[in-house]
Amino acid sequence: MRDLFLAVLLRDLKLASRRRIESLLPVVFFIVALSLFPLGVGPEAQMLRDIAPGIVWVCALLASMLSVGSLFAGDLADGSLEQLLLAPQPAIAVAAAKSTAHWLLTGLPLIVATPLVGLLFGMSGPALLALVAGLLLGTPILSLLGALGAALTLGLRSGGMLLILIVLPLTMPALIFGAGAVGQVEAGLDAGGHFSLLGALLLATALGAPPATAAALRISTE
Amino acid sequence: MNWGSALAFFEMGGYGLYVWGSYGVVALLMLAEPWLVHRRLRRALQEAARRDSGNEAES
Amino acid sequence: MNSPPLRLYTFAAPSRFYQLAGWLVPWFWAATVLLAAAGLYIGFFVAPTDATQGDSYRIIFIHVPAAWMSMLLYLVMAFWAGIGWAFNARLASMVARAIAPTGAMFTFLALWTGAIWGKPTWGTWWVWDARLTSELILLFLYLGYIALVNAIDDVRRADQAGALLALVGSVNVPIIYFSVKWWNTLHQGATVSMTAAPKMASTMLTAMLIMTFACWAYAFAAVFTRTRAIVIEREAHSGWVAELTRGRMHP
Repeated sequence: MRDLFLAVLLRDLKLASRRRIESLLPVVFFIVALSLFPLGVGPEAQMLRDIAPGIVWVCALLASMLSVGSLFAGDLADGSLEQLLLAPQPAIAVAAAKSTAHWLLTGLPLIVATPLVGLLFGMSGPALLALVAGLLLGTPILSLLGALGAALTLGLRSGGMLLILIVLPLTMPALIFGAGAVGQVEAGLDAGGHFSLLGALLLATALGAPPATAAALRISTE
Repeated sequence: MNWGSALAFFEMGGYGLYVWGSYGVVALLMLAEPWLVHRRLRRALQEAARRDSGNEAES
Repeated sequence: MNSPPLRLYTFAAPSRFYQLAGWLVPWFWAATVLLAAAGLYIGFFVAPTDATQGDSYRIIFIHVPAAWMSMLLYLVMAFWAGIGWAFNARLASMVARAIAPTGAMFTFLALWTGAIWGKPTWGTWWVWDARLTSELILLFLYLGYIALVNAIDDVRRADQAGALLALVGSVNVPIIYFSVKWWNTLHQGATVSMTAAPKMASTMLTAMLIMTFACWAYAFAAVFTRTRAIVIEREAHSGWVAELTRGRMHP
């Protein structure tokens, strides 16, 4: 099973490396979307600092959801998805590999871009650290749930919007704890509880989402 | 009995707008939904009948 | 020739369900009307005016039952969708699809009545209290399910995908509620929540319970009728439907 996992993961990474510009789109969207907020709500520094954790998380969510829609589309189009599902190893390996690839290509770049964004919003050092730590735990959750949504909406006309609608409610706990952790740190309180819960969410999602995604892939390709 | 008069009942101690605004929408939806769902059943039966008679005409 | 003994799973056949449900539905409607009349009578004419909230609290007699129904129906929907998926039971999947709009309606009613109740009590049209927020997310879960099953043309795939989504959603409901509660108590924006309801006089409780049963009967009637419609829509090609419609046209 590890072989299939690694094979799919490395393949996805290699494909992405051939389309570097495309792979950077989620991060670009992330930054552009975040830049809209000061234009929309005004440049008042304290307010921006207040809303920063929340809007960073929301934009990370949206960037993830927008890029995860095409997770299986390429493989479906050229027939390789069916081949992968025919493999003797469980499809969970495929689901897990795809989710990991998505995180490496979207989540990780977002995390790298966050300190830059944090400076734009005038966030303090400890708050920024809490934000990055939260995203480190939270973006894998987004990738895992996003993969499930992508598998369910595979090949549908209204796929993109539909995916966002069905996955967003499931990601709300991660959003609550992730943004909340930063709020705690900014208020000088201990954010340990938030991070523990976020970690527990990650664990539960990592265990539960790939099997569900595998089942969804079978449903969508039969 | 709580209410001295019909007027008092409608006014709900000053909260009439809220109480009846709530129950009004409740009544609206809980009358609309049964009507719509029975209409859906009727239409399904009509459609099925039409399809059936169409098949008969063909054969 | 002896007719075979009636077994419970005979009604798993869509045609049987269609007939049984058709017989039951009028009784459910009747029960709805009677129970609602009784519940509202007690709620409005017997239950006393509340000391703090005046008469605005009477919204509770529909708000709480609607909220309970919205959560219960989601779980029931997920259950039947799961059964339909696991046992390839068409009727179970049809029932699940039939539940969704009614469940969404109750969720909307809970939100609407909750918001309106909030206005005179706490001065705003909306409070981000734990229960209302969770209720809002539940509405999104319902809408997601409805959107997904309607977006997939292949009926079998739609049923199965919907079942998976509903099951994943129902696992998430307690997680969502817990996280929202946590978030709410930490932020303490609204220091009051829906739990700060008036201390329940027994008449208030009675009225609420009767209204809950009324909503139950309503749900049965609406869901069964919608299921019957779905059965006809899906089985239109089959012989028993042809006979049925022929019988209707030429009684």
